[in-house]
Amino acid sequence: MSGHDSSYAPTSRLAKWFDERLPIMRMMHGQFIDFPTPRNLNYMWTFGGILTFCLVVQIVTGIVLAMHYVPSAKEAFDSVESIRRDVNFGWLIRNIHAVGASMFFFAVYLHIFRGLYYGSYKAPREVLWILGVFIYLAMMATAFLGYTLPWGQMSFWGATVITNFFTAIPVVGTAITQWLWGGYAVSGVTLNRFFSLHYLLPFVIAGLVGLHIWALHVTGQNNPTGLDVKSKADTLPMTPYAVMKDGFALAVFAILFAWFVFFAPDYLGHADNYNEANPLVTPPHIVPEWYFLPFYAILRAVPSKLGGVLLMFAAVAILAFVSWLDTSRVRSTKYRPTYRWFFWLFVVTCLALGYLGSKPAEGTYVLWARIFTAYYFAHFLIVMPFVGLFETPSKLPRSIAESVLGPAGGAAGSMAGAAAAPEKR
Amino acid sequence: MRTSLALAARAGIAASLLAIAAPVAFAAGDGPHIDRNKWSFGGFFGQFDQAQLRRGFQVYQEVCASCHGLKRVYFRNLVQKGGPEFPEDSVKALAAGWPNQIFDGPNDNGDIADRKGNVIKRPAKLADPILGPYDNDNQARAAQNGAVPPDLSLMARARNVEYTGSIAAHPLSMLRDVAVGYQEGGADYIFALLTGYVEKPPAYVRDKGHLKPVADKDVKDEKAVERCTTVAPGDAGQPDVCSPLQDGMHYNKYFAGGQIAMPAPIASAVKYQDKAGAESTVEQNARDLAAFLSWTADPKLSERKSLGWQVILYLLITSVLLYIAKKRVWKSAH
Repeated sequence: MSGHDSSYAPTSRLAKWFDERLPIMRMMHGQFIDFPTPRNLNYMWTFGGILTFCLVVQIVTGIVLAMHYVPSAKEAFDSVESIRRDVNFGWLIRNIHAVGASMFFFAVYLHIFRGLYYGSYKAPREVLWILGVFIYLAMMATAFLGYTLPWGQMSFWGATVITNFFTAIPVVGTAITQWLWGGYAVSGVTLNRFFSLHYLLPFVIAGLVGLHIWALHVTGQNNPTGLDVKSKADTLPMTPYAVMKDGFALAVFAILFAWFVFFAPDYLGHADNYNEANPLVTPPHIVPEWYFLPFYAILRAVPSKLGGVLLMFAAVAILAFVSWLDTSRVRSTKYRPTYRWFFWLFVVTCLALGYLGSKPAEGTYVLWARIFTAYYFAHFLIVMPFVGLFETPSKLPRSIAESVLGPAGGAAGSMAGAAAAPEKR
Repeated sequence: MRTSLALAARAGIAASLLAIAAPVAFAAGDGPHIDRNKWSFGGFFGQFDQAQLRRGFQVYQEVCASCHGLKRVYFRNLVQKGGPEFPEDSVKALAAGWPNQIFDGPNDNGDIADRKGNVIKRPAKLADPILGPYDNDNQARAAQNGAVPPDLSLMARARNVEYTGSIAAHPLSMLRDVAVGYQEGGADYIFALLTGYVEKPPAYVRDKGHLKPVADKDVKDEKAVERCTTVAPGDAGQPDVCSPLQDGMHYNKYFAGGQIAMPAPIASAVKYQDKAGAESTVEQNARDLAAFLSWTADPKLSERKSLGWQVILYLLITSVLLYIAKKRVWKSAH
């Protein structure tokens, strides 16, 4: 899997026999027991484990829900209600699945912003990062398809709005959209295929997550200093160090998760989705789930339909290119005094776009959505390339170990030289 | 040159401030403010009040059931734990006597109606849903002047209250709602709607095309004012547009658009059988009904919350233990 060798030593004859035939225990030992992790990782590095947990929770609860759910326009809404009312602990499983989607996105956004702040997308982690963008994209598709399934008003009209994007494609748009719908409008036929795809995509995500972790274990983790691992003093074995930290963070995350499941299950959803889908009644405000709101704001900020759709997709696609848009030689924003300001401005921009996405597209809301949309793209296309060229980074520690243990502790393992000070060109 | 630059800068700042201020005005004008009430099922330890649910069911039975169904609730649910918990025998009798019976066709001859042309029906049992008086929407529409009385099972979850404060305070308000687990927007809305009927829409006087509100006590001549359920500002110098109350509609200050087809439902207060319990006032009826509909929309709420705090407690203890273990493991690494 990576250059790291496993120190696995079979302790029984059976284990030895098995190891000679399928060294899976050897691999697991190497990758998850004594795999070297930087010793300075902070709690922002616990979201990988948390996200894996989220994926497993969604798949397990989803499989159970699929045993009771009926994907037809006539019965979908009723079947979800009967899960909530009549299936043993159906209310719990359904709440975990619905809240779980939000928790998944909450965690993935922190994970992405972590990557952006500490420069985790830079060489040699470009492929790792791009795989992450693909996972995010697949998550968005899965969440959108899943939100259609309860067949409430927002499900139906959300699906109508989103699938209508494809009509913006010149010439073949309408044909493609009707092909997606399986008819001339969103209907039970659409619901049925959305259910099929909603069941498929999580396994695609699981596959991508496998590649993501593989790529991670080839390059090793980035860390808050952004420095490369140079010696054994810079790292600690994954078990027990990183695993204990991940375990604690996961338990805290589970408290937040449980809070929403038990005490605010409807908070993250929309009341209108408890009205059964009705193609004859358009809701006054059609809004997507909270995690899509920034993109919804970008879509509606553009006066042309095609332009809005293109810009919205570009807003996600541009993430795949940050490895080459950022020109700074220093990875971590901790040591980038100028860029740090722009980073937080970007965070504010995303939050503001999210707020604007929840508001009707009229008056000053549109004006502000345009201003923030402009900055969203300017951040990637102007700030990232140019700040990197002109900024003088602050002084970096000589090694990861030094950043944790101080100069004395770090000196033992650090190798002096140009590589130790990437802030100097 | 310098002064003109400074002026331009100031104008720019003023313009952007205006732009920030404008949406605040928007948000405040979106919908009427709805007060939050205290509910026994709100908050961390919230549970339904069994006596209140029983009173609420009585209001539903005597008032709402003449038009509205409750099709997602089965008679058996009225017996189950966490609800009104009526005795099983009385619910069996209630079901048997429920006027809106269960369709029982086709019979052995394949008929769906008897010789007189009536649809074949049978009395309800515990396993049957609580139906409203109409077999289908068309029948409801024909009987109700074109409006369909919606099923009430999920009403308390399908409605919510809108935030009406300033934009600046909105994020804090959201966090507070998460922290206290505010989920009673539907109950608050139903209570407001039931007590929000006003005889006449508010009065406005026209001043150069603009409509200005006048308090009812200041209205001396009814002909000098316009009664509007909503007022839309006129585009580009056009006079404001007043929407008067339409025939057959009723004014309710909490209903979107102000015009509702349903007349004030609780015309006179329902007399509670339970003498020791609550007063028999219209307001108390509305409160009890809102609580009852919260139960019909979320019958597992009591179970959810009582399991919830145990789960949270378990996770808190687990977190503390994991933190201590983590500290120990990492002791040698710093």
